[in-house]
Amino acid sequence: MVTLVKENKPTKIYQRPELICPAGTPASMRTAVEAGADAVYCGFQNATNARNFPGLNFTPDEMQKSITHAHKNGTKVLLAVNTNPPAGKFQLWKDAIDLGAKFAVDAFIVADIGLANYIAINHPNIRLHLSVQAAASTPEALNYYCQQFGVKRVVLPRILTIAEIKDIKQQINCEIETFIFGNHGLMVEGRCSLTNYITGLSTNMDGVCSPANQVNYVQDEQQNLSTQLGDFTIDCFGRNENAGYPTICKGRYHAAPRDEGYYAFEEPLSLNLGNLLPDLMEAGVCALKIEGRQRSRSYVKKVVTSFRTAVDNIMNGNEPDIASLIALTEGHKQTEGAFKSKKWR
Amino acid sequence: MSSQRLERLPAILLKPVPLFILRPIAQQVTTRIAQKHPHLFARLGKHTKTKYLIKPTNIPLVALLIPDENKPTMQIFKATQIPKYDAVIEGKFLFLLSMLDGVHDGDALFFNRALSIGGDTEAVVCLRNALDDVEGSVASDIADVFGVVGRSVLSFLRQKEA
Repeated sequence: MVTLVKENKPTKIYQRPELICPAGTPASMRTAVEAGADAVYCGFQNATNARNFPGLNFTPDEMQKSITHAHKNGTKVLLAVNTNPPAGKFQLWKDAIDLGAKFAVDAFIVADIGLANYIAINHPNIRLHLSVQAAASTPEALNYYCQQFGVKRVVLPRILTIAEIKDIKQQINCEIETFIFGNHGLMVEGRCSLTNYITGLSTNMDGVCSPANQVNYVQDEQQNLSTQLGDFTIDCFGRNENAGYPTICKGRYHAAPRDEGYYAFEEPLSLNLGNLLPDLMEAGVCALKIEGRQRSRSYVKKVVTSFRTAVDNIMNGNEPDIASLIALTEGHKQTEGAFKSKKWR
Repeated sequence: MSSQRLERLPAILLKPVPLFILRPIAQQVTTRIAQKHPHLFARLGKHTKTKYLIKPTNIPLVALLIPDENKPTMQIFKATQIPKYDAVIEGKFLFLLSMLDGVHDGDALFFNRALSIGGDTEAVVCLRNALDDVEGSVASDIADVFGVVGRSVLSFLRQKEA
């Protein structure tokens, strides 16, 4: 980064970051491409990615056509193969990677070291990105992935301050990607077993956090809404209260030392770093990631357009001028989370 | 037009139309959408036999959708005569329409309680994802069945909603 003087005001010139956008369906991918995504990330319709939701994701045929469309429009495609294969089931993950290579994806996003090794050996010319699901957050761990498997970019967990990210950047020799909008889960990514505990299915191996077939919504005559996962009630929203996702980490519980139910882990809210973009770029973050492969085309269009404008504004020496995205946030609340301060709660 | 009157508009427009006229139109709309977007069924997977109740809260009618790949059906009932269903999606007519149009995000509507769902949650998620992969406008497909009048009403509703 260099600082220039523009109209007697010092203007920082940043390296242009890539805007990494979610695509849960071919239509969403085309929407993201049109809205100005530099790259989109997506997955196949199986447990090989961490958004293995019903009706979502890509068949091999859809993936091939969508990649062709994205490339024609100058947009990169990053294939998420970011769950951990259970013992004896590695073939499904290898198949996903080999298909991705055949379709000429621009990078693989993986968390599992076995998969990282498989790509390094069999597809050494395709970029390897370390998923947030790997939960690698120290220079020592990150350098190990880079040295052993040739990882070119790491997606950092959402538990680091910008100062810490800047410090890490100075100690590693690869690109850094961070989330800037969407789900704000504060569990250690790739290590959370809360869903597994309740439902028997694993976020990290089956790709499902709070599987929909075990979610039940019950609204009474007063329009109070109970959210249930398996045999457990996670939350109950009053008539005028905004709701959140049926995830255990955002549930309201009766637990000591409080007398009333409260959000013991985290509230239903979303991450929004719109106002911190210049700080992230200054810290050396080269890729800005929007969460939400499970969200609609409408969400993709609004969020990608908003951040496209913001990044372009910054690159032109102006304020980010981020559009309000509060209507799209979980519980209609947003946070800058640990990026701003570890005392955000 | 005030927002309250706009909310009542679909009910006002549909009030004089008897059920025996609405039912074949609803079926025609469903058949047409299914023919135009056959890839929709693959995303539904095992839920092509699921009975979806669509319940616009500001209209005294409900629709029962069975997205069977071979014979998709949409039946209209009075809101006082709810048929058996597996999953229900409930919200104001314009919100439901705008979701089909790709204007509103279903999760956002759910967060602010403008949309509620019940019954088989997986079936609802599946239908939402399948419909969201339909590009163009399903709402326009519906309006086309009603010809010039349908397109004019949709255009009017979209302008008011904007």
